Amino acid sequence: MSIATPSQTVGPFFGVGLGRVDAGGTMRVEGQVLDGAGEPVPDALLEVVQGVELGRVRTDEEGAFAFTVSPASFLSLTVFARGLLRHLNTRMYFPGVEDEVLASIDPGRRGTLIARREGEVLRFDIRLQGPGETVFFE
Amino acid sequence: MPTELDFEPPYLFPDYRATRLRAPRHEPVRLPDEWFHHTRGPAFGRIPIRPEDADLTRQHAGEPLGQRIILSGRVTDSDGRPVRGTLVEVWQANAAGRYVDPADDHPAPLDPNFTGAGRCLTDDEGRYRFVTVKPGAYPWRNHENAWRPAHVHFSLFGPSLSSRLVTQMYFPGDPLIPIDPILGSIADPRGRDLLISRFDLETTVPEWALGYTWDVVLRGRNATPMEP
Repeated sequence: MSIATPSQTVGPFFGVGLGRVDAGGTMRVEGQVLDGAGEPVPDALLEVVQGVELGRVRTDEEGAFAFTVSPASFLSLTVFARGLLRHLNTRMYFPGVEDEVLASIDPGRRGTLIARREGEVLRFDIRLQGPGETVFFE
Repeated sequence: MPTELDFEPPYLFPDYRATRLRAPRHEPVRLPDEWFHHTRGPAFGRIPIRPEDADLTRQHAGEPLGQRIILSGRVTDSDGRPVRGTLVEVWQANAAGRYVDPADDHPAPLDPNFTGAGRCLTDDEGRYRFVTVKPGAYPWRNHENAWRPAHVHFSLFGPSLSSRLVTQMYFPGDPLIPIDPILGSIADPRGRDLLISRFDLETTVPEWALGYTWDVVLRGRNATPMEP
């Protein structure tokens, strides 16, 4: 078997190469990416995969992001950033959804995978490290 | 499934300062293969790909300054099978070591004839090819007098969610390679070598451009079952 090519960080200057892509859908998801000190991560790139649709969005100076998707049970999310030597995979579950993957997660951490409804939008924050650290998958 | 030998860097590598507050402390949760590894990756229909996107020297009125190079290679899966029709995206600094990105404040000149971004799809043999200029090294503030070796950023999708790869390709003989904490985060020298392209006289075009070759292996196997 051939050895997989190792990963390296996306770095801070990915904007020119990896621009915004709209995944379609009309449901708005908003959130923030935070580091281990609770500070916003202003240079993260998120990819949203829903079926074969790909969305791509970067965080702003407040670490905030927003994208739209179609309603589903969950979204696959990939996080890239300066300081992440490998990307992180996670899922955002829509409120009220249950499945085997969610059920297999430590109940104390499960909530980090579930979006909350705030009026017309879904809120989903990603904590890379520390209290409330998001569950990441491999 | 046999364990694949891999040379992935750790999440936490304190010599690369930005990992300290961004590396998760929990180990990632390993999902059963059928829930994740065989989940089909995304289509990229919404990312426009034009033939001229693979030539970074022809995106403006004039030609960029710097050493013209042809960067090519083959993308395969762990079984050596070509990964066809997958999106390859690249971005890089110009020959002076400056990115177009507004956040790059390195006082080296921008080149009005160079943006530094390209994309293409791999062909039926899994091959990709870009024409560009060799990027310059540039300083960063990770530690005293820190400089990144010249590199080109690569992003590839492959057939499933688990084959997604974002990495950096380096140039052979670069004196900054042995002291770079980002490449150095890969502990095994065999792993670091996988990210260094080789000069290739075969793909060098006489009187025009130097050839560098770099092959990529994406994680996992194609969905087709193994022959007995």
